[in-house]
Amino acid sequence: MRKSILAAMALALSAGGSAAGEIAPSQVKFEDGAVATSLTGVPGDAAEGRKIVGSKKLGNCVACHVVSEQAEVPFQGEIGPPLDGAGDRWSEAELRGIVANAKMMFEGSMMPSFYKTEGFIRPGKAYTGKAADDTFGPLLTAQQIENVVAYLGTLKE
Amino acid sequence: MIKKTRALSAIGALVLAATPALADPVDATLILNEETEMVTRTAAPDHLSDTLDEVMSGWLFRGTETRAMQADDFDNPGMIFVEQAMDTWDTVEGTEDKSCASCHESPDTMAGVRAVYPKWNEAAGEVRTLEMQINDCRENRMGAEKWKYTGGTMQNMVALISSVSRGLPVNVAIDGPVQSTWEKGKELYYTRNGQLELSCANCHEDNYGNMIRADHLSQGQINGFPVYRLKNTKLNAVHARFKGCIRDTRAETYSPGSEEFIALELYVASRGNGLSVEGPSIRN
Ligand code: HEC
Ligand code: HEC
Repeated sequence: MRKSILAAMALALSAGGSAAGEIAPSQVKFEDGAVATSLTGVPGDAAEGRKIVGSKKLGNCVACHVVSEQAEVPFQGEIGPPLDGAGDRWSEAELRGIVANAKMMFEGSMMPSFYKTEGFIRPGKAYTGKAADDTFGPLLTAQQIENVVAYLGTLKE
Repeated sequence: MIKKTRALSAIGALVLAATPALADPVDATLILNEETEMVTRTAAPDHLSDTLDEVMSGWLFRGTETRAMQADDFDNPGMIFVEQAMDTWDTVEGTEDKSCASCHESPDTMAGVRAVYPKWNEAAGEVRTLEMQINDCRENRMGAEKWKYTGGTMQNMVALISSVSRGLPVNVAIDGPVQSTWEKGKELYYTRNGQLELSCANCHEDNYGNMIRADHLSQGQINGFPVYRLKNTKLNAVHARFKGCIRDTRAETYSPGSEEFIALELYVASRGNGLSVEGPSIRN
């Protein structure tokens, strides 16, 4: 019994994919919804973050948010507020908290938690409809979160 | 922090108010074959009075051309499948040498049936969907093989039986022996499934009328099922739609015909009580 729990933990860790020096999803410290410490210690790359926000395959943030600055991306959604000016409204730590787990900032938010690996109901294996397996990991990696945060910081009105 | 949340909702409210009416359901009337006026929006049934004022057919959320296709049987590709089912209706199959017609005469005798399903079957002591009832007839009265739940032959037949109820109000019972199933379906409707933690209500109750990427969210009603989708050019079953929506939350789905989907179907059908039966309808 004990062994299988340990094995499961080891799996969870490897699936979380946290490289050395990274803060694992379950270890992130939220304060008033914000996360002060960088998840990787490596500065975010805003250009990479821009791609993640606009790409259906990556963050797909535009499914729910308008980002006027990415006018080339068609069909931007209107579930959440436009991200224009997000860099004026929120500090870096707040943006990190919102992207990692928006429910810590906005209780009950519809926005998915992009850096979380536990506590789901019937988690699936990506979009296959099948149960999650040992490939299960957070929606975005620690560095991808940092890249998105860097990009959001550039969105000023 | 609380302050911020408030400030944000204020932003949200402003944004909503400023959004052009583009994404709203259209103000239009569906008249079928220039004679039957369909109820595509009506007062929400009592059990929804805390959450919705009005219930609306998915028809109101589709584009002009898609809406027009559904208004005329000659333009509705779903009716081709209805015709196929008419042949099946008269086809003798199974060990009992019977067809649907042997027991039910013409499909017209099915008028009103679609409107009250899923419903309680006293003899079997279970809630039955239309698909389950059809398969029960095949197995136990015809001695024929069951049809695949979401398969073409089954959905063609569901479409035929639905088509003769078009214009009648959906009116499924939610109390008595079905109540516990209904409650279970309701619980599922509000469960935030999958890695994206999204419930049916997140999309179809809180955000109908809004765009999620390229999709115009409707109330997720099932009065128009089975639906002919332009995207896959065939009839789509209710449970196939449920499966697709749950899959899109990065969740492990349930299977068509499962207890969970039967309960969910009863609950979702009841959210449309008062809307006209529209199946087979056209969606993108
Ligand atoms: C399924 C919908 C959905 C997706 C996908 C989504 N969000 Fe959100 N987001 C929301 C909602 C709704 C809010 C509003 C907060 C609330 O009240 O719940 C929000 C709020 C925000 C805010 C704060 C709002 C402000 O003032 O600008 C930021 C920043 C944000 N999201 C960034 C992102 C990023 C970056 C991604 C992708 C990595 C993303 N969102 C993906 C729904 C979504
Ligand atoms: C991530 C958002 C999302 C979630 C969660 C979701 N759906 Fe949907 N659903 C859609 C979209 C997009 C469509 C296509 C546009 C429309 O009709 O709303 C759709 C369509 C439907 C339709 C077809 C409506 C019609 O008129 O053809 C039904 C029925 C439906 N959903 C039911 C459900 C149920 C039940 C659940 C929960 C198990 C659910 N949906 C969860 C996004 C969602």
